[in-house]
Amino acid sequence: MNAWIAKQQYLIDFTLSSLARRKAKNLGLLIVYTLIVFLLASVMLFTHALRHEAAHVLDGAPEVVLQRMVAGRHDLIPPGYLERLGRIRGVQNKEGRLWGYYYDPVVKANYTFMVPNREPVPAGTLVVGAALAKARGLAVGNVISFRSYSGKLFGFSVARILSPDTELVSADLVLLNEGDFRNFFEIAPGYFTDIALSVANPQEVRNVATKLAQQFPDSRPILRDEILRTYESIFNWREGIVLALASLAILAFAIFAWEKASGLSAEEKREIGILKAIGWETGDVIKMKFWEGALVSLAAFVFGYVLAYLHVFHTSAMLFTPVLKGWAVLYPHFDLPPVIDGFQVATLFFFTVFPYAAATLVPIWRAAITDPDSVMR
Amino acid sequence: MIELTDIRKAFNQGRENEFHALGGIDLQLPAQRVTALRGPSGSGKTTLLSIIGCLSRPTSGRVRLKGQDISGLPERFLTDIRRQTFGFVFQQFNLIKGLSALENVMLPAYPLGGDWRELHEKAQRLLGDLRLSHRREARVEWLSGGEQQRVAIARALINDPEIIIADEPTANLDTALSMEFMAILEKLSASGKTVILTSHDPLVVDSSIVHQVVDMRDGRVVRQDTTRNTMESPA
Repeated sequence: MNAWIAKQQYLIDFTLSSLARRKAKNLGLLIVYTLIVFLLASVMLFTHALRHEAAHVLDGAPEVVLQRMVAGRHDLIPPGYLERLGRIRGVQNKEGRLWGYYYDPVVKANYTFMVPNREPVPAGTLVVGAALAKARGLAVGNVISFRSYSGKLFGFSVARILSPDTELVSADLVLLNEGDFRNFFEIAPGYFTDIALSVANPQEVRNVATKLAQQFPDSRPILRDEILRTYESIFNWREGIVLALASLAILAFAIFAWEKASGLSAEEKREIGILKAIGWETGDVIKMKFWEGALVSLAAFVFGYVLAYLHVFHTSAMLFTPVLKGWAVLYPHFDLPPVIDGFQVATLFFFTVFPYAAATLVPIWRAAITDPDSVMR
Repeated sequence: MIELTDIRKAFNQGRENEFHALGGIDLQLPAQRVTALRGPSGSGKTTLLSIIGCLSRPTSGRVRLKGQDISGLPERFLTDIRRQTFGFVFQQFNLIKGLSALENVMLPAYPLGGDWRELHEKAQRLLGDLRLSHRREARVEWLSGGEQQRVAIARALINDPEIIIADEPTANLDTALSMEFMAILEKLSASGKTVILTSHDPLVVDSSIVHQVVDMRDGRVVRQDTTRNTMESPA
């Protein structure tokens, strides 16, 4: 047993010294390999974390939202609709919501104005998102004016700035009092932007939606699951775009790796011949060369994955911001909570480490089974 | 010690370029003697040497090592015999570039998995015996031809083999270095090693150190001189 362990130590020693002897080749391979893993892992980690976060955010969203439509466009819910809803079985809670968009020409950005149903905002004040506050240079107590769509100027004082932790969903958010909202957008009492419905039993959601569609033919019910599915599609699509762009790099790497892995240099073949001639078994040579490839690919996988982790969760995926986060003037600056999916790690490992290690095996085996007398010729 | 019976070796069998390197060799190589295989290029001496050293197998015929037939053994067993019984000094030295002299000497012992400290000390001692202590950490490509050959000899001795195989050992050396090699050979022979070498260098084959000269031509033994130097040689 001791001899076996000592033999493995000798093999590993020799493997490491072989890697060190071909520094330029192996370092070049390691760098390119690490970059590829970094790229793929970054896309995977980022989109997975975003999907996870979107699902997490939507957890608190109502199961069904009812919007009224006029000529195929979203319109206000007129008075009386909310009361009529009470008769649909399965609906646990219902509330009219007031929200809208406002374009601020100062920073050329769209804000979302919203009336919170819980924790009402005192009249004449605002609660604003952190990105918005930063863009307009606002602090608590400052006064800010917005010109309404009718041309009137409204002044508000900033009561609170929302925590940067919620920036993913609150970057451009402005919370205000119901009265202020109705005055600003000139929405008469009793009208709402839409109606949010809570349905306790998830099995009932589709039935409730069907009943809503029948009872309010001029309205459309939007299910939370549908929003979630839309997010999934958007992130999948964006991930697909990045991967499509990355595929060229991956292809280039595949050619590079194949060339490096499958073509043993004349010097390497000569070495194998010498080792066999001086008493190394074919198995020892294969093990040694296999470990060379495996060490390079494993190191690249670990380095690439750690770099991708730091990139995604500590620099907010700096390199992918324009493609993966979508378009916005007020980019939310947020740190995604780290989420690692074991299956995704295994997939990435399988598609990066395994092919390289396997590609090295055939040429090594071919070289290793050559007669040891080749060194005599 | 080594007995060869009707050894034949063909390359590229069944193809247009089929070539018979050895055409029926019968030979006995005694233990603790220096045997030289002499012949022109293409005479088959290197092919014969590689069969004797278990580097390749004959197409037909029998090789007996200390009475045991080893010609039909699988690769794995041949490797084991090669490692334990033979030490090789190749014409081009065949040292591994980028490794130090010491590491090159230790290489044949790695598959045995012995104690590292003992192996290290043994390799150092061998290099010291061959006056290479001061060059042990030098990469082999930085060494002179003579130094490289001495490293190759130390490497051949690391597993303490009974038989030393040397293929054209003086082909890349000048006269002074060739003389130095012969002196080392004499010491090895005196210590009880069996030496089998190929050469057409008169300095080697005409030397009194060589006990037996086997002349080869066209894959056959044409003359075998076993009468030389028998009195001075060890029994």
